[in-house]
Amino acid sequence: MTRLLGPKGWAALVAASLTVVVLIPLLNLGVPAGSAFHLSDFHVSLIGKILCYAICALAMDLIWGYTGILSLGHGLFFALGGYAMGMYLMRQIGLEGNYKSELPDFMVFLNWKELPWHWSLSDSFVAQMLLVIAVPGLLAFVFGYFAFRSRIKGVYFSIITQALTFAAMLLFFRNETGFGGNNGFTDFKRILDVPLATPGMRVVLCVLTGAVLIGFFLMARAIVTSKYGRVLQAIRDAETRVMFTGYNPLAYKLSIWTLSAVMCGVAGALYVPQVGIINPGEMSPAASIEIAIWAAVGGRATLIGPIVGAFFVNGAKSWFTVAFPEYWLFFLGALFIAVTLFLPHGIVGLFRRRGRE
Amino acid sequence: MTPDLMEAGARARAAYEERRAKAGGRQAAFRRLQALGEPDFVHGVALYVEDITVSFDGFKALNALTLSVDVGELRCIIGPNGAGKTTMMDCITGKTQPDSGRVSFGSNIDLLRLSEPQIAQIGVGRKFQKPTVYEQLTVFQNLELALKADRRVRAALFHRLSGVQLDRIGEVLALIHLREEAQRTAGLLSHGQKQWLEIGMLLMQDPKLLLLDEPVAGMTDEETERTAELFLSLEGKHSLVVVEHDMKFVDQLTEGRKKVTVLHEGSVLAEGLLSEVQANDKVVEVYLGR
Repeated sequence: MTRLLGPKGWAALVAASLTVVVLIPLLNLGVPAGSAFHLSDFHVSLIGKILCYAICALAMDLIWGYTGILSLGHGLFFALGGYAMGMYLMRQIGLEGNYKSELPDFMVFLNWKELPWHWSLSDSFVAQMLLVIAVPGLLAFVFGYFAFRSRIKGVYFSIITQALTFAAMLLFFRNETGFGGNNGFTDFKRILDVPLATPGMRVVLCVLTGAVLIGFFLMARAIVTSKYGRVLQAIRDAETRVMFTGYNPLAYKLSIWTLSAVMCGVAGALYVPQVGIINPGEMSPAASIEIAIWAAVGGRATLIGPIVGAFFVNGAKSWFTVAFPEYWLFFLGALFIAVTLFLPHGIVGLFRRRGRE
Repeated sequence: MTPDLMEAGARARAAYEERRAKAGGRQAAFRRLQALGEPDFVHGVALYVEDITVSFDGFKALNALTLSVDVGELRCIIGPNGAGKTTMMDCITGKTQPDSGRVSFGSNIDLLRLSEPQIAQIGVGRKFQKPTVYEQLTVFQNLELALKADRRVRAALFHRLSGVQLDRIGEVLALIHLREEAQRTAGLLSHGQKQWLEIGMLLMQDPKLLLLDEPVAGMTDEETERTAELFLSLEGKHSLVVVEHDMKFVDQLTEGRKKVTVLHEGSVLAEGLLSEVQANDKVVEVYLGR
């Protein structure tokens, strides 16, 4: 039967784990700044950020690559996880904000006198971490239940998810919603009473994100190698056959959809303390489409592909936007066309084909 | 078959579902209850379609169609295009709700109250006109998914194949002549092999009633012949309903002694031996008059 990973796979996994847990901290903190091997703080943050994106791409692969459901709204779940974390970080600022108030700055600015009801748990780290999972999970579950029960499929489903994230973005843009309007949350100082803007904290968050990604990868691998995972692929290839074989696709689609949303929420929560800001821009339709692009570029239904894709596209983005700022979008467009035309199985597919030949 | 029997059947099924849920899927309780929700074939009828009418925008795809298939019977259904053969299968398998009429499985299961997956679980297997297999999975995995087992998410997550189940897959692989291809991706099979694989998937479900929509479409003569042999070997163990255009194939299946049903414009035009219906004036007119 299918194994979790082959010998090569385990070796690669151990190498990846060592890179994240040992190499990155060592090169950043252990090697002096003048050395050629020094990894700058900028690069540690960049890697941390891309690791968050890679979690989203992995989540996208489960729902799109394996189940054949293209979501163009995963940015919403990412942002919701980010906002749940952001609320806690805002409360951690304490009296150090610009207005020296108990309340977050934007509330003072809006003349609010007390925390709105949905901020009532925001002082508790544990509660907010539960919300990181519960809010995207619950929204995905309710939305998915009605969409899948009505047998909404293909492009219709994609468009609805796109509309959903767009609607949420408009909602979060409003000041009355209580999430800082179009500025969102920023100016974070501490997490768990430990200062955020230190080299040590930067490395800790990056390593934590890497560990979560590896954990999620193993979980995803266990899922797709199980019979459950094969039912998902069967739904992608011939959903009516699945129904007439006695499986109810609703339960399968709903469970993987919800899991995928939760993974994005966790990625968002890891992202916010590292980049120091969350605003409704994360819910823009373009942000969600980008997640799908990472998965497609890396190679769908391979798990590792989308992670590679996230690193490739975002790595290219950070280089291009410095070297040729005005050409980045042209490059992204060209990349997507090239992948669609010449690499239907993405970057990973290219290597697999090489290996076979 | 009769309304009150079907009422009783529906009640028994509901009770069965409830008690199974309460038992938490434990085997001991499960065994005792198993007989409750199952179809009752004591009366010798496997499928009873009574007076069903389906209309799409005023066009009657089925017009008061009545048909019954006995337990273990192999029944061929022929008819020109648009006669309502596929719509009839849609009604039996829960894909289409008829405007009126009844469809019962055994004497007690009202199929119109069940969803497609429930109908499949209770023992009605269906093969589509166009072969539908899971193209990206291997032949073995295709069969594994069709294997009769708990269809719920948690069961699928932790499923491990038992020795008995492996043997069963091996048996079916041999039956459909795909043993050599077991580890190949299903999408790479020839058209005829895909048809066979889909038939194999139906057999894995261990259905009591098999509905086969043009099973030999696109097969070579040799493949058609082997398919006929396979179906004849299934006769008796399962009830089969075969919709087919290929008269030579129908002739092989009926062996000159079995009943054939001719559908036309959504109802039964004639029923009898193949030689009889072929001599029937009305049938000749329908087939040749176009």
